Amino acid sequence: MNMILNWLGSLPGAAAQGLVYGLAAVGIYITYKILDIADLTVDGSICTGAAVCAVMVTSGINIWIAMLCALIAGMLTGLITGWFHTFFGIPAILSGILTQLMLWSVNLLIMSGPQIPIMRFKYGDKVLFTSEASDVYRAIVILAVFIAVVIAILYWFFGTEFGSTLRATGNNLEMSRAQGINTNLTKVFGLALSNGIVALAGALLAQQQGVAEINMGRGAIVTGLAAIIIGEALCPKLITNFYLRLLCVVGGSIIYWFVFQTIVFIGLPNELLKMLSAIVVACFLGAPYVKKIYFSKKKKARGGKHA
Amino acid sequence: MLEIKDIYKTFNEGTVNEKKVFEGLSLTLKEGDFVTVIGGNGAGKSTMLNIVAGAYPADDGSITIDGVDVTRLPEHKRAKYIGRVFQDPRMGTATDMWVEENMAIADRRGMRRGLRWSITNKDRESYKEALAQLDLGLEDRLSTKMGLLSGGQRQAVTLLMATMKKPKLLLLDEHTAALDPKTAAKVLEITDKLINENNLTALMVTHNMRDAIAHGNRLIMMNAGKIIIDVSGEEKKKLTVESLLAAFSKASGAEFASDRALLS
Ligand SMILES: Nc1ncnc2c1ncn2[C@@H]1O[C@H](COP(=O)(O)OP(=O)(O)OP(=O)(O)O)[C@@H](O)[C@H]1O
Ligand SMILES: [Mg+2]
Repeated sequence: MNMILNWLGSLPGAAAQGLVYGLAAVGIYITYKILDIADLTVDGSICTGAAVCAVMVTSGINIWIAMLCALIAGMLTGLITGWFHTFFGIPAILSGILTQLMLWSVNLLIMSGPQIPIMRFKYGDKVLFTSEASDVYRAIVILAVFIAVVIAILYWFFGTEFGSTLRATGNNLEMSRAQGINTNLTKVFGLALSNGIVALAGALLAQQQGVAEINMGRGAIVTGLAAIIIGEALCPKLITNFYLRLLCVVGGSIIYWFVFQTIVFIGLPNELLKMLSAIVVACFLGAPYVKKIYFSKKKKARGGKHA
Repeated sequence: MLEIKDIYKTFNEGTVNEKKVFEGLSLTLKEGDFVTVIGGNGAGKSTMLNIVAGAYPADDGSITIDGVDVTRLPEHKRAKYIGRVFQDPRMGTATDMWVEENMAIADRRGMRRGLRWSITNKDRESYKEALAQLDLGLEDRLSTKMGLLSGGQRQAVTLLMATMKKPKLLLLDEHTAALDPKTAAKVLEITDKLINENNLTALMVTHNMRDAIAHGNRLIMMNAGKIIIDVSGEEKKKLTVESLLAAFSKASGAEFASDRALLS
C-alpha cells in the first residue's frame, strides 16, 4: 500500500520530466518527421541550452533573457549542423554527430566545468520553478504553457508560405527544387528551429533538475524518438491535424517517463533504462520493415503452393 | 526562347565508368515551339533536360532562357523560368501534402515566399477551377493527400502545377511512360490543351514515335548525344513511323535501339 502511494506520489515529478522532454520531442519532430533528417545535434544542444541558461542566471541575469539566449544558442548549433550538411555536403547524420562532439567541448567551456547548480535557496526567485518537490505543480503548469505556445507558433509557421516549403523539402527534394524552393535554406532553417526548441527545453530541464551538467543530453535523441513513436502509436490515424499530432508527441513523452518511474519503482536498476529505451525504439523503428518482409514471404509461400 | 549552346557533359570523368554524353550539343527553340524529342536508350534526352533545368551542371557551354544566361544559376533559381513534369508520377508532387498545398507551392514558383498564410479562400477557388478543367473529378479533392491519387491523376495535377504560374519553358520527360495507354492518352490531351491555351514553349521527351509525330510543331531525334534529325512545320506533318525509322538508320548507320519505341 505504502509503495503504491509512493509510486503515485512520484508521478507528478515524472509528468514534469515528461513535459520537458515532450518539448524537446516537439523540436525533434521538426527534423525527424517534417524534414526527414535524423539530427543527432540534439544530444549536445539540449545541454547547451541548459548551460547557457544556468550560467546567465547564476550571474544575475533575468531568467527570461537567459532562456531567450539559450534558444538562440540552440539555433546556432542547428545552423552549424545545417552548414556542415548543405555547404560541405556531409551526410546529415554525420553532420549532427560532428556538431554534437564539438558541443561537448563548447558546453564545458560555457559552464567552465562539468556542472552548475541553480538551486532556489541560492538564487532566490530567479528561476521560473525549482527542483523542489513542492514546486512540481508550478513546474507542470509553466511547462504546459510553454508547450502550448510553442505548438501554436509552429502550427502558424508551418501553415505559412515559407513554412510549407520546409514540409515540401522533407517530402520531396526534387519537386521542391523544381518548384523553386532553396532546399539548402529550408534544411538549415529547420535544423536551427528544431535545435532552438530543444535548447529551450534544455533551459527548462536545468531549472527542473536544479542543475545544468555535461551529461544532460546523453540519449536525448532516443528519448525524443521514443516520445514521437509512442505518440504516433497513440494518435489515431484519422488525426491529421498538426497541433494534435504534436500534442500526441508530448503525451508520448509523458507516458515514457511514467514507465520510467514505474521501472524505477519495481526496483529495476536505473542504469538499465537507456538500454531499454534504445531497445524499445529499435523495435518500433524496425517493425515496419520486419512486417513487410514477413508478409511478403507469406504471400510468396502461398503463391508457390497454388502454382 | 531557349538556347542550348555547345554543351559538354561527361559523367564520372577519369574513372572506368567514364561516360561522355555530350560533346558540343546545341539546340535553339523559338518562342511557342513545342518540340517532341525521341531517341534510343541512353541517347542523352533526360540529361539534356536535366542540364537545362540545372539539376546538374554542364562541364562547358551555356544555357540561355529568354535572353537570360542561366548557366550559373542553381536549380531552384532557374525554376522561376521552368515548369517540369517527370517520368515517375511520385517525383513531381509532395505525396504527404494535400492537393491544394501542392498547388499553393507551385503557385509561388519563382516568387518570394514569406510568412503569409499559404492558402487563401480565393486561391482555393482558383485551384478548384483549374482542377475542374482537367475533367478528372479532382475539384472536390483539394484536401486529399497527393499520394492517394492515381498515377494519371498525379501527372495531370503535376502538369497543372508546372503551368499554373506560366513558365517560359516547359520540360516534360516521358511524363506518360508510367501510365496505361488510356490514361496516357488523356494526360497527353491535357498536355496539348495546356500548351496551346498558354502558348508555351515546350520540350517533350517520349518513347512513343506516334505521339512524337502527332504532337508539337517540331521533332528532334537524338542518338549518342547528338541531334541527328530535326524537322518542323509541313515536313514534320508528313512524317510516319516508317520514314522516321528509315531516317534514323540512314543518319546513324544503325538500327533504332529502343525496346519500348517499337512496341508502340
Ligand atoms: N547521373 C548519372 N551518372 C552517370 N551516368 C549517367 C547519369 N545520368 C545519365 N548517365 C548516362 O548518360 C547517358 C545518357 O543518359 P540519359 O538518361 O540522358 O538517356 P536518355 O536518352 O534519357 O535514355 P532513356 O530513353 O533510357 O531515358 C547514359 O549512358 C546514362 O547511363
Ligand atoms: Mg530518360
